[in-house]
Amino acid sequence: MIDMTQEAMDRREAVKRLLAARDGALVVTGLGSPSYDVHAVGDADHNYYLWGAMGGAALVGLGMAQAQPNKRVMVITGDGEQLMAFGSLATISVAAPRNLDLIVLDNQHFGETGMQSSHTGRGIDFSTVAAACGFAETGRLHRLEEVDALCETLRKPAQGPRLFVLKIKAENLPRSLPPRDATFIKNRFRAHLGFAPC
Amino acid sequence: MSMVASKAGEPARDLSVEWPQALYETLKRARIGHMAYVPDAGHSTLINLFSADADVKTNVLTTEEEGIAIASGAWLGGMRSVVLMQSSGVGNCINMLSLPVQARIPLLMLVTMRGEWDEFNPWQVPMGQATQPVLEAIGVTVLRAETGADLVDIVAQATTMAFDADQQIAVLISQRLLGKKKW
Repeated sequence: MIDMTQEAMDRREAVKRLLAARDGALVVTGLGSPSYDVHAVGDADHNYYLWGAMGGAALVGLGMAQAQPNKRVMVITGDGEQLMAFGSLATISVAAPRNLDLIVLDNQHFGETGMQSSHTGRGIDFSTVAAACGFAETGRLHRLEEVDALCETLRKPAQGPRLFVLKIKAENLPRSLPPRDATFIKNRFRAHLGFAPC
Repeated sequence: MSMVASKAGEPARDLSVEWPQALYETLKRARIGHMAYVPDAGHSTLINLFSADADVKTNVLTTEEEGIAIASGAWLGGMRSVVLMQSSGVGNCINMLSLPVQARIPLLMLVTMRGEWDEFNPWQVPMGQATQPVLEAIGVTVLRAETGADLVDIVAQATTMAFDADQQIAVLISQRLLGKKKW
């Protein structure tokens, strides 16, 4: 179904509001702009930034959520990254974690590689796909005021995995680069949870 | 026939046949609490044992690279994971393996082989022949087991290499060990 609403929000402000309400949640970011958006709000030990492994964000989030059932895990990724992990929605739905929320920042384009139109700009709607897969809650948001309401929703206990599409403007903002040293980020993240390096 | 000592009162175990049970116990001793798999006939007993174990989180995957990302996330969250797949699925994993390789996240993959011994289906041969080279090309250490007794030993030490030394290990279970698929 084609989303006829043209309204779209500022991605940095949307992510800022989500993170202001994270309340200790562990955050995984998909490569490219979502990693920059989360870093732009402020670097944090409990952020795990991906710089590659495209299609891995939601599933890194699933493994993390299963290993840390008492913490909420929020994956913040883009439409292109999530498109590469289409099957992950089936895997996550079957796994049925109650502490995993997927946020798809959807500008309907492959922004990092020249702004080619993506599948989500041609009718594919992840909130509908996730609902069909059996996610506990899904939604498609166009305005920042709706993000404020989403932050309230995310505070409430979930019955299963949740996915929300945030329609954002298609623009390449100044990059805010998180550390690229994957071992450093891994050790910092695990230290936050009380685990020592090898 | 390779036999191992058993608990008092139990018959010795024939590892040429009963390696899946021994493998399960080995992985449990290594505190594996998490498993992800794409089914394979050779892995079916191990999948059943893990699935019946309430202390182990199991994930059925739509494609093998999902397991690499899930296992990485589990380790970030403090849990030891094992990924089960057939050799045909290794090719799907290559780019996703850049995550554990680059982040030096412990990884243990158990790969049942096709396309290398008494193979009836020619479509299995290209990926079967490419399995070890492509894993090594992306930076995964490959170990190969030809007998059940070898397999149990190799996996036992691989859990140390993976989870105590932050290595990425694939253990290939040879098709000769698994036996011919019945058609």
